[in-house]
Amino acid sequence: MENLKQELKAKIIENLNLEDFKVEDIEDNDPLFGDGLGLDSIDALELIVMLDKDYGIKISDPKKGKEIFESIQTMAQFIMDNKTK
Amino acid sequence: MAHCYINGVGCVSTQDTSDYKIFLETQHELTENIVRVHKPNYRDFIKPAMIRRMANGVKNGVVASAIALKEANIKMPEAIITGTGMGCTIDSGKFLKNIIDNKEQFLTPTAFIQSTHNTVGGQIALGLQCKAYNVTYVHKATSFEASLVDALLMINDNETNILVGGVDEIGDYSVRLHQLIGLVKNQETLSNGLLQSNSKGVVYGEGAQFFALENQKKETTYAELIDVEIYDNIDESEIHNKLLQFLKTNGLAIADVDLVVLGNNGDVKFDFIYNNLQDNLLKSTQQIYYKHLSGEYHTASSFGLWIAAQICKIQEIPKFLKLNNKEVATIKNVLLYNQYLGENHSFTLLRSC
Amino acid sequence: MSKGVAVTGMGIISSIGNNVEENYQSLISKKQGISKIKKIQTIHKNVIKVGEINYTNEALIELLKLSDSNNYSRTAMLGEIAAKEAVKNANITDINKYKTGLISATSVGGMDMTERYFYSQFEETKNRKYIASHDAGDSSKKIAKSLGITDFVSTISTACSSSANAIMLGARLIRAGKIDRVIVGGSDCLSKFTINGFKTLMILSETDCKPFDANRTGLNLGEAAAFLVLESDEVVKKENKKVLAYVSGYANANDAYHQTASSENGEGATLAMQKALKVAKINPKAIDYVNAHGTATPNNDQSESRALINVFGTKVPDFSSTKAYTGHTLAAAAAIEAVYAILAIQHKVIFPNLNFETPIAETALVPKTEVTKKEIQHVLSNSFGFGGNCSTLIFSKA
Repeated sequence: MENLKQELKAKIIENLNLEDFKVEDIEDNDPLFGDGLGLDSIDALELIVMLDKDYGIKISDPKKGKEIFESIQTMAQFIMDNKTK
Repeated sequence: MAHCYINGVGCVSTQDTSDYKIFLETQHELTENIVRVHKPNYRDFIKPAMIRRMANGVKNGVVASAIALKEANIKMPEAIITGTGMGCTIDSGKFLKNIIDNKEQFLTPTAFIQSTHNTVGGQIALGLQCKAYNVTYVHKATSFEASLVDALLMINDNETNILVGGVDEIGDYSVRLHQLIGLVKNQETLSNGLLQSNSKGVVYGEGAQFFALENQKKETTYAELIDVEIYDNIDESEIHNKLLQFLKTNGLAIADVDLVVLGNNGDVKFDFIYNNLQDNLLKSTQQIYYKHLSGEYHTASSFGLWIAAQICKIQEIPKFLKLNNKEVATIKNVLLYNQYLGENHSFTLLRSC
Repeated sequence: MSKGVAVTGMGIISSIGNNVEENYQSLISKKQGISKIKKIQTIHKNVIKVGEINYTNEALIELLKLSDSNNYSRTAMLGEIAAKEAVKNANITDINKYKTGLISATSVGGMDMTERYFYSQFEETKNRKYIASHDAGDSSKKIAKSLGITDFVSTISTACSSSANAIMLGARLIRAGKIDRVIVGGSDCLSKFTINGFKTLMILSETDCKPFDANRTGLNLGEAAAFLVLESDEVVKKENKKVLAYVSGYANANDAYHQTASSENGEGATLAMQKALKVAKINPKAIDYVNAHGTATPNNDQSESRALINVFGTKVPDFSSTKAYTGHTLAAAAAIEAVYAILAIQHKVIFPNLNFETPIAETALVPKTEVTKKEIQHVLSNSFGFGGNCSTLIFSKA
């Protein structure tokens, strides 16, 4: 789980082009959207594709992303519970 | 008729054009066949949250527009009008490559969203929170001139200020395609200068030029924009008459033109169109060119307008722009003529204030 | 006082018909044109539902009598068919008798060919001809040349509102006396680029789209082209022209809210409608029918409903979205819906909003779901696009 969290932080920075952030800047419970990292609905769509591509998890309703991507913690937990690869 | 003044200019180009004086000191004729912009410090102009998704052309457009608005001291324009010949070719190339390489799977939206032609205009509006009229013209080498035509209509319709600009960016995929069909010069042919290259194609450039237009003259005014006319696909033989007709519509004859700004790009196949005018109709008129400094792109004529506006204001013509030795004491009426690949002819008329 | 700018001809090709008459017949017989992808080579073939035009590219080439060496994109071919119908419909025999321009709109341009030969054009010279027809302006250039229009030719691309802005510029040029006659409209073909692009936004419906329905799941894409002939009062008078309708109002505003999504309160759309009413100098009450943008995405229909209430209060006029017939035809949408608006005026009929069942709870707006006969004086037509672009046109009875 710890490794997965680190991996997610690195991927988010890379995929979403968050040039001003480093892995250590992101706390596990920091909100990813809004005030925290400042992600938006377009980023949510990017993350949905990442879940599909890297962890074999398909999400068909973009609204579901809101809870899953609340923080690194919730995202990692969701992946642990649902991954198929 | 309302008057339309250029009160602010912003230019991101292959030269350092952050300031006209710096440009005069540092300008250099381009010697490579593909030339990218001299990058401004983007972060001085764009918030980090917005910049992370922007391709170069979008960034350049946002920067140039911000400079133009600031100079004219306009907080909120009443219209944003953008011209771009190829649009957001970096992101459209990127999304297209992902589609093909990944066989239409695992595609993400960012490049697609940023690939639409109106991204620059949309991002400027978003940054300014500007809810006004917003349009993007995408018609080859008259994309910028169509934007000017629209802006003039707006001013005549009682709008007080308009932000108008031209922007194009170099995308790797599209430039490779254009090389395939001979639209880009071989670098070796450039050693004696653009107009002596005696080769097909052009120096492929990019840039963003924005102008703050207002119906009032003020301290920052560069020139008055009088009229713009577009001739999309007329015969070369008609240009002579169309030019005279354009001047006549504006109450002028050839002798009244103090300076002509020409779009010569060194393409041996099409520069004869300019040369015919230079040697005949415009023989006694002072002539300058600029694409040896900006490179060619669909909205390069907006760089020409930037130069023309500066000349109107300062009343001095730098040597490195001159095509002939004619001189006049005061530069009042300035005519710009541009075409690309023998099509998309346009005339733009400026007047010093 | 002029009633507006005269529309004297129109032409259209869409998935519900290859000309104006066929489109009209489909509209009044509730015949929609949405089916699973058949022609485009994509992994989504036989899966995703779209509004595809029946003609293959080969059939279109034959129809237009193009040479083998032509480099027409499908966008250009569809556009040329619709533009020629419009010019013929306006009984124009000598296009250059008056100062005539062309303003077209497109979002994909020649992307259909570029994606087809993405890598192969590097190896095979024969496919390189399409490199020069990739850019958005190329289809307009071809249409202009085929009609003999040489002077003012331009192209607008503001995503899904593009052709509304083309119609608007045309009307403004005529009103300003800059031009006597202008052919305005737009064309967009389906492409892998747009199908996959909209798929990444997760706003494509797996079923027939349901505009303004509470349980709508997204849009169907479509392809189409449509053009109108606009003429000045002087030309109409001199040529004793039959006027089909007038373009009486137009406006463009920006939502400045999000790169792709519309604001929840529909601010940009509200502004566009209000400004258009002002240009037309009519009261909101005078609008007899609204042809809504109504793409059937959760976001658009919610936002547009709110905007309609902002503008019309409790008295929202009869309205419908025709997107369930044709799919969302992107840059061509406003032009085909302009043709539908004029048909509504001419035939005194409102076209139904197909597939609607349940109103959206918070706005409770119910579109017209049946073919409804009604005297129509003014139609308001909305088109919104990425980049916050919101445009509204108003067409009025001749």
